[in-house]
Amino acid sequence: MTSALLFISTFLASGVEFVEALTIVLALGITRGWRSPLVGTAAAALTLGVIVAALGPALTLVPIDVLRLVVGALLLAFGLQWLRKAILRSSGYTALHDEEEAFRLETEQARQASAGRRAGLDWYAFTLAFKGVLLEGLEVAFIVVTFGSSERNIPLAALAGVSALLLVVLAGVALRAPLARVPENTIKFSVGVLLTTFGTFWGAEGTGVSWPGDELALPAIVAFIALSSLALVKLLERRRIRVPAGAPA
Amino acid sequence: MTLVARFLRFWWTFIVGDDWRVALGIAVALGLSAVFVKAGVPAWWLVPLGAVLLLADSLRRATRAT
Repeated sequence: MTSALLFISTFLASGVEFVEALTIVLALGITRGWRSPLVGTAAAALTLGVIVAALGPALTLVPIDVLRLVVGALLLAFGLQWLRKAILRSSGYTALHDEEEAFRLETEQARQASAGRRAGLDWYAFTLAFKGVLLEGLEVAFIVVTFGSSERNIPLAALAGVSALLLVVLAGVALRAPLARVPENTIKFSVGVLLTTFGTFWGAEGTGVSWPGDELALPAIVAFIALSSLALVKLLERRRIRVPAGAPA
Repeated sequence: MTLVARFLRFWWTFIVGDDWRVALGIAVALGLSAVFVKAGVPAWWLVPLGAVLLLADSLRRATRAT
C-alpha cells in the first residue's frame, strides 16, 4: 500500500512541475526555434539526473529513523505549502494558476528579448529553458530522492517521476500547446494532502512514535488531512462571501 | 545580491516558503512528539493535529492580510 501511495504521490507531484516546465519550453520553442530550448532542457535534465544519482545512494547510508525525521519535516513543510496555496486558490482568495496566461506572457517576453548567440546557441532560449526545467525539476528530484530513500525504494519513485515526464512530454508534443486543461489546483491539493500525510507519518516515526496499525494508519491520516483541508476551503469560501477581499476582517 | 545570498534565498524559499511560522511550528510539533515519546506518553495524534492547526492558522493570517 505504501508503494502504491508513494508511486501516486511522486507521479502527481512530478506531473504538476513538468506541466509548468513544459509551458516555458513550448513558449521558447515556438517563438525562437527549438534547438536552443531543447539543448537547455537536456542540460537541465542531465544536472537533475546527477543530483538524484548522487544523493539517492548517499541517503541510503543515513540511519532510517534520522532520515525519516528529516524527510518527514521537509515533506510536512512542502505539503503544507502546497495545501496552503491550493486552499487559497480553491476558496477564491487568490487567482487560479492560468497555464494559458503564463504561456502568453512567456511568448511575449521571448519575442521581445534580443537574440544574442554564443557557441551556436540562442543564449536567451537556452538559459531560460535550463533555469525553468532545473528549478521545476529540483522539486521533483527532491521528492523522488526523499520518498524513495525513506521507503528504501528509489527505483519505484524514479519510475513514477519518469512516467509523469513521459506523459507530459507526449501530451505536449501531441498538442503543441500548454496543457491548460490539466486541473492543476486539484492535483496540487491532492499532492499537498499526500505530502503532508507522508511527512506526518515519517516525521512522527522519526521521533519514536509507533502508529496504531502501523502502515494501516496511512489511509486514516490521508482522510484526516483531506477532510480538514476541505473544511478549511468551505470555511474560507463562506468568510470571503461575508467579508469581501480588501474589506477589514 | 551576491551569489551566496541568492543561493541561500533560493533554499529558504524552496523549503520554508511563504510562511516561516509553519516551518517553525513543524519543528516544535516534532520536538514535542519526541518529548512525549521519551516520557512514555502516546504521541501519534500530535503531529497530524499540529499540521492541521498550523495550516488553519497560516490561512487565517493570509486571508486577514488580503
